[in-house]
Amino acid sequence: MLSASWALAGAGFRRYATYRQATVAGIFTNSVFGFLRCYVLLAVAAGTAAGVAGYTGPQLATYVWVGQGMLAVVNSWTMLDLADRVRSGDITADLLRPIDPLWTYLWTDLGRAGFAMLTRFAAPLVVGALAFELYAPAHAVTYVLFAVSIVLAVVVGFACRYLVGLTAFWLLDIRGVSMIWVFLSGVGSGLYFPLALLPDWLSTFLWIGTPFASLLQGPLDILVERGGPEILALQLFWAVALLWACRVVQARAVAKLVIQGG
Amino acid sequence: MIISASGLRKDFTVNRKVGRLRRERHVVSAVDGVDLTVRRGELLGYIGPNGAGKSTTLKMLTGVLTPSAGEVRVCGLEPVAKRTTLARRIGVVFGQRSQLWWDLPLAESFDLLRHIYQVPAADHAARLARCTDLLGLAEFARTPVRQLSLGQRMRGELTAALLHGPEVLFLDEPTIGLDVLSKQAVREFLGELDQRGDTTVVLTTHDLADIEKLCKRLVVIDHGRVVHDGTLDALHARYGSRRTIVADLDADWPADVCLPGASVVSVEGRRVTLELNGTTAGEVVAALAKAVPLRDLSVREPQIEDVVARLYRRD
Amino acid sequence: MYGHVLRAQIRSQTQYRMSFVVEVIGSVVINGLDLATVFVLFSVAGSLGGFGGTEVLLLTTLSACAFAVADLVVGNADKLRDYVRTGLFDTLLLRPLSALWQLLAVNFAPRRVGRAVQGLVLYVVALAIADIDWDLARAVYAVGAPVAGAVFFGSFFIAGSTVAFWWVESGEMANAFTYGGKDFSAYPSTMYDGWFRTVFASALGFGFVAYLPTLALVGRADPLGAPDWLRWCSPVTALIAAALAALFWRTGVRHYRSTGS
Repeated sequence: MLSASWALAGAGFRRYATYRQATVAGIFTNSVFGFLRCYVLLAVAAGTAAGVAGYTGPQLATYVWVGQGMLAVVNSWTMLDLADRVRSGDITADLLRPIDPLWTYLWTDLGRAGFAMLTRFAAPLVVGALAFELYAPAHAVTYVLFAVSIVLAVVVGFACRYLVGLTAFWLLDIRGVSMIWVFLSGVGSGLYFPLALLPDWLSTFLWIGTPFASLLQGPLDILVERGGPEILALQLFWAVALLWACRVVQARAVAKLVIQGG
Repeated sequence: MIISASGLRKDFTVNRKVGRLRRERHVVSAVDGVDLTVRRGELLGYIGPNGAGKSTTLKMLTGVLTPSAGEVRVCGLEPVAKRTTLARRIGVVFGQRSQLWWDLPLAESFDLLRHIYQVPAADHAARLARCTDLLGLAEFARTPVRQLSLGQRMRGELTAALLHGPEVLFLDEPTIGLDVLSKQAVREFLGELDQRGDTTVVLTTHDLADIEKLCKRLVVIDHGRVVHDGTLDALHARYGSRRTIVADLDADWPADVCLPGASVVSVEGRRVTLELNGTTAGEVVAALAKAVPLRDLSVREPQIEDVVARLYRRD
Repeated sequence: MYGHVLRAQIRSQTQYRMSFVVEVIGSVVINGLDLATVFVLFSVAGSLGGFGGTEVLLLTTLSACAFAVADLVVGNADKLRDYVRTGLFDTLLLRPLSALWQLLAVNFAPRRVGRAVQGLVLYVVALAIADIDWDLARAVYAVGAPVAGAVFFGSFFIAGSTVAFWWVESGEMANAFTYGGKDFSAYPSTMYDGWFRTVFASALGFGFVAYLPTLALVGRADPLGAPDWLRWCSPVTALIAAALAALFWRTGVRHYRSTGS
């Protein structure tokens, strides 16, 4: 089982490593958006004495640039090919394999995320560091917490996309569902601005009531040292809960497939 | 001449990787000086192995690609410069690509094409009726294209390419991947089209049965050059393909038999295979019957597969 | 003719009715979220880049409206990448119509109508509550500016899509200029700084989409020092952008025809 997992992760890594030009194009795009968001947030911070919900300038810059890098790592905007395989019926082949497709997809996605860390995470960060003053964590343990947090963010993001993909068993066309997911997860995860800018009730709801904050806001707050292990606990809860949900929904879907013959 | 091309050439630059980072640029001629003329109403088979330059030629004839050198005229027009004018006068089917609307029923795609090509309603209806009849479209005309089988889709594609009454029809591997029945339907349809004689057809195919059934004239291209242009018979004659006689005998083969006009290819037990050297089969059979007692006998026509395989291997 | 292609495309898109409704609502929500983002940031500081509430609202809705219209009409140009990769672009060249208009008509996405209508309504509301000293020139410009903005964004969509003729693997790179341009022009140019502002506002011209027209409408001089007459020039830059986009497209098609896919 373990060797299979590594093999799958390796395959995911290598598959994305072949998309070299797309990687370069993606880094460029992320960097442009990094500039855009960073200037806007810094201008907002400069215009108010109270600061942006307690974030300092360097913290905001770090928030934006690391956020742009994490976008490609968590990859919540790109759907898994699960839905296509459901629609084409290829999913039956996946279900016949000795490993549950949920794990196959998860390990492949972790491999992909690993490649993204080395390229699409690192490069915009360098660009941001050259153009802006970034926040350097004061404690060494922060780096460890952040690393764990990113892994959990990838798992949470994966499980959400897997659930979206599973809806293809019931809906002919999942474009609508994926679109809603893309935008809710964008705004809810703090991609456009830190959730702390929202009214308390709303930001609390997004943190605890949805998995969105676990995707970006959580790891980013750990990195700028506005939160610690409690964020990891929250992420872990969502990762486990969502993977469990994936299993349940998939079992239902398979039952439907068996009964109706696809 | 409805199609004339002379000295047609297409060069592509390819970057080939040398080592880790270095790349070398190479110029490859996909089509390397092709001369081709097609008379109005002719059905031409344009064949060659993969990568020989068939599709590239077709793209240059239809105005999709600009030739690197050479002259082309289709319907008297220069294809790239007069693309939209030419588009109304030709029809094209790419076996691997669809020109139909994926989510719409076939019938609606046809209606749409009528507007795109601005075909008078009566002409459109008449052509559609004929195609519906000959290709049996009625049963799936209301089905969205994405739900059609490959064979059904190809019949739809053929119809779509003919609805504006093109003078020339270009077909790039129209029978690729089709089941036997659909292949037959497509072939019969093209045969009928050829009989009527008002549409010139250029057909590229890997299916040699297509060629035997349909094409009186064959142009064979290899490595971007024309290696044969003529009838199928001329191809046989040129590459020495011969008819063979397979005879089952009632006695062992006497090694000393001398048959004028034939040579022995193989002897397996009491079965002997002979190759004819141009003489009629009758004389050889008569001589054979005199020499040994015959139980059974069959004459095989030369197989185009053999000729083409030999041609591709450049024997 | 294009009308028939468009209608067919609308029919085929509306086939999955449920999904279509979700998409229309979704795109309206997205647009709403964009505006909500501006609102949230505004509420933190009480102003953005030295501009007050009605001014920021006008600027943002003008940019959103122009973008939504451009996205509706030519946003599908980015499908060109798939057409070039799969070789399907050949089939467009085989029909007796302009390849660009076919590409746009065949991929027309009616779901984007919701967003364009919403953008328009919000822009009108913003105009109504903004402190504008109405005269004929301003009235004309209030109508002309979103049109010019749409042409401007549309030019970037088309020019961006043509990258695929040379570089099929370009991925979402063109988005940096289309969606990036939208994000840039949704805020006053005063919020940006350094070479980045020079490139986006002046060299690429995104300052002309909403920032300068808003200054002209509310009658403010540019804090960044642009001469007053330049505030009225967004139609000119739109035409220049359109001409360049057309040039890119023609060059791209010529390149495609000499190299194939």
